[in-house]
Amino acid sequence: MNVTLSINGRYHTLDIDPRTSLLDACRDHLALTGSKKGCDHGQCGACTMLVNGRRINSCLTLAVMHENDTITTVEGLGTAENLHPMQAAFVEHDGYQCGYCTPGQIVSAVGMLGEIGDGWPSHVTKDIKTGTELSGDEIRERMSGNLCRCSAYPNIVDAIETAAGKTKEPA
Amino acid sequence: MNKHVMDEAIGETRLDRNTQGVIGKGAPRYEGKLKVSGTAPYAYEHLGGEDVAYGFIVPASIARGKIRSVDTSAAEAVPGVLKVISGEKIVRAASQPMAPAAQTIDGEVFHYNQPVAVVIADTFEVARHASKLVKVEYSETEGRFDITNRHTVREPDSMPMTPNQSRGDFEHAFAEAEVQFDQTYTTPSYQAAAMEPHATTAKWDGNHLTVWTSHQLLETAPGQIAKHTGIDEDKITVHSPYIGGGFGSKLGLGPDAVMAANATIAIGKPVKIALTRQNVFQATSRRGETIQRVRIGATKAGKITCFAHETDTTNSPGNGFFEPSGISSLFLYPGKDRIIAHNIVETDVLMTSAVRAPGEATGMLATESALDELAETLGIDPVEFRRMNEPEVNPQDDRPFSSRRLMECIDEGAKRFGWSDRPEKPASRREGEWLIGYGMSSASRKNDLMPSAAEIEMSSDGRATVRTGMTDIGTGTYTILQQIAAEMLGLPLDMVDVELGDSRFAASSGSGGSWGANSAGSSVYVASLALIRELASRLDADAETLTLKDGHAIFGNKQIPLPDILKGETISVTGKIEPGKQAEETHQASYGAHFCEVGVNVVTGETRIRRLLTVGAAGRILNEKTATSQCYGGQIWGIGYALEEDLVIDKRNGLIVNHDLAEYHVPVHADVPALEVVLLEDRDPHASPLAGKGIGELAIAGVGAAITNAIYNACGVRIRDYPATLDKVLAGLPDDYLTAA
Repeated sequence: MNVTLSINGRYHTLDIDPRTSLLDACRDHLALTGSKKGCDHGQCGACTMLVNGRRINSCLTLAVMHENDTITTVEGLGTAENLHPMQAAFVEHDGYQCGYCTPGQIVSAVGMLGEIGDGWPSHVTKDIKTGTELSGDEIRERMSGNLCRCSAYPNIVDAIETAAGKTKEPA
Repeated sequence: MNKHVMDEAIGETRLDRNTQGVIGKGAPRYEGKLKVSGTAPYAYEHLGGEDVAYGFIVPASIARGKIRSVDTSAAEAVPGVLKVISGEKIVRAASQPMAPAAQTIDGEVFHYNQPVAVVIADTFEVARHASKLVKVEYSETEGRFDITNRHTVREPDSMPMTPNQSRGDFEHAFAEAEVQFDQTYTTPSYQAAAMEPHATTAKWDGNHLTVWTSHQLLETAPGQIAKHTGIDEDKITVHSPYIGGGFGSKLGLGPDAVMAANATIAIGKPVKIALTRQNVFQATSRRGETIQRVRIGATKAGKITCFAHETDTTNSPGNGFFEPSGISSLFLYPGKDRIIAHNIVETDVLMTSAVRAPGEATGMLATESALDELAETLGIDPVEFRRMNEPEVNPQDDRPFSSRRLMECIDEGAKRFGWSDRPEKPASRREGEWLIGYGMSSASRKNDLMPSAAEIEMSSDGRATVRTGMTDIGTGTYTILQQIAAEMLGLPLDMVDVELGDSRFAASSGSGGSWGANSAGSSVYVASLALIRELASRLDADAETLTLKDGHAIFGNKQIPLPDILKGETISVTGKIEPGKQAEETHQASYGAHFCEVGVNVVTGETRIRRLLTVGAAGRILNEKTATSQCYGGQIWGIGYALEEDLVIDKRNGLIVNHDLAEYHVPVHADVPALEVVLLEDRDPHASPLAGKGIGELAIAGVGAAITNAIYNACGVRIRDYPATLDKVLAGLPDDYLTAA
């Protein structure tokens, strides 16, 4: 069936099997392979995209459900020549090793900073009435849906803290 | 080809002179911008925009038996299905590292969810759907799933080490020992669980087969694919420029590569097969579960007199690889009378193979716990107990150590960590619901140098390109090869390019066994020296004293830009490193120490890591940033092995129960506090021309035991059956902890 998707500021019209996930629509049909498939079951976070500014596991949602949504993938944050501050911070802090979970970590981190900026509490937020402040514990809690088997976690947290200092608003 | 055989210890080199000043520095990764922007292409991601087909595997629904029939008619009737492949072209699992080929199924089922067939279709969705319509009938036979049953016990192959090595008369020495320590430890099976599931894109153009696959050890890949397809090896090219993690699981060729290669030949258009996460858990390989008996004889004063480490582990029929848990016990602790032994208990479960630090990762969970227990029995601090038992030569064969800085690592760690503040008695320090404890362990990882070759091409503008069939599995190979070439040739980093992961390039060591940086890096060193000789001859200068810096050759009182020497020409040289007498004359290993502080919750039994410090000595560090990242990885795997990871095999039917990332628990961000890694300034002139040693697997060695030793110190519960999940800890806690303030 036909679907038109708005991805990284461009419209793409696809004729796809309705069973196609948003992730596979990007990877198999649009050559947008920045978002990774690590489990296809929402267990690893490698496929994280922003849909209307919020984090989503793109393997757990069908492409045809997103006709009127604004979708951002890692390719939409910045390019190799013009990196988003979060991407640059990951390079600076060695916040990756094999690089496969990295796009998901980066997109998730950008979305996560947006959630903190909007005052969303988490399990480790000390007092939900007084708002949420960025801290190592908040980052670790909120990023725990993004697995990294190389285990770059300490450097990822450092990268996010650095990027948070440079960007107040999510992309 | 320019060859260096490591027969002599290396003297001062251009790396020591550090004229360009780039070696060892924490340079950002060469390929970093591609990775963070999502534009580094992994195996599945090639041929974007081309008309390709997709494959989906049909798994067996029994653990052992014969395949009576495979009915593909319903699947083939689905519009969009192009082919269903079954029979002799299907493989059981990945191949073993360096094996000539993977094992084919030959009409049998050897383990639960073994591949039986693969469906090829126009889209992934159709292939997945049709795979459910393939009807397979079996004649099921009884399987063996439990290591403790020891139905079939056999001696392992001599890969990755000679399995049984004894010295003297251990039984006699142990019987005579003043203090006898005898405990058994168990470790479960583990999955490497690299983030990128094994994947392949294969394209047959009627004459040549091109395969992009996620593979650590490219050298043997074309030959393996040739055996499985019948295509001549010289008509096969294999690419693996980016690999989404391997940890040993991609040392063997994945089943996806064999199936995609056969499928593209069968249908005449490119085929992509990415294993599902469930396939990765059930159709590649895993680390074998172990039962390890550790016996140590000692004097009352604390001197170890004899040492025995005997391991049962598992593998499937036809596989001789074994988890060599005793690999560090060969040399770490003294005793003239010793037994290091391994048995394979054959089981009908997915084959076992290499996972990060085969041997050390499981063996040191046992021995480093044993040292802690014995130290306590003797009333000696664990740090001092290790000092008292530091051997002067390798206790197995009296060879000298090339360099052994274990005690320096331990002492540096103890000082930085504040070990003197350790609670003296278990369960003596409490903060509210949390009991606090410290633990430590030694770390060691045997060092190997492997044959490896690289080409360096210098174009007329003075730019250098390094090409080798080597891979980068996240370890930092691109970056360290760039740094070595830049330092040797006196070039700024941005004047050096690195191309990896192409089977047409010079054959390399591949990424495994922590030998990659040292072996591939040494080949770049050798090629660089050859290039310097070529430049010097063009200048009529002495290569030894020719200084290269910032793209200029400096000698006498002259400074000449490289393009003026090259005069429009491109120079290409190849260098090769080979292991030599140094590997026989000296015993080589990297060393380290871990210090950990945990909190154990008295209500839930949950353990939280509060602090974790690793100090390592692994020869020259080529890039302090990527080396430190490797150590973080080892530490965090250690957290997983101590507290979480446990690949559960259903002993009734052989099913790997927790075959995905929801149920097989790897550490997540919230499990990992800020960590500390310290790398000692070190050189090992016997190990390689770089004077470096392996580091990728050092930091996982022993770290889990530092954690369980800290758990014991915190709450008095000794975990010998890994992992230390809260149910096991809680069962050992006395009830009065709950009521005590």
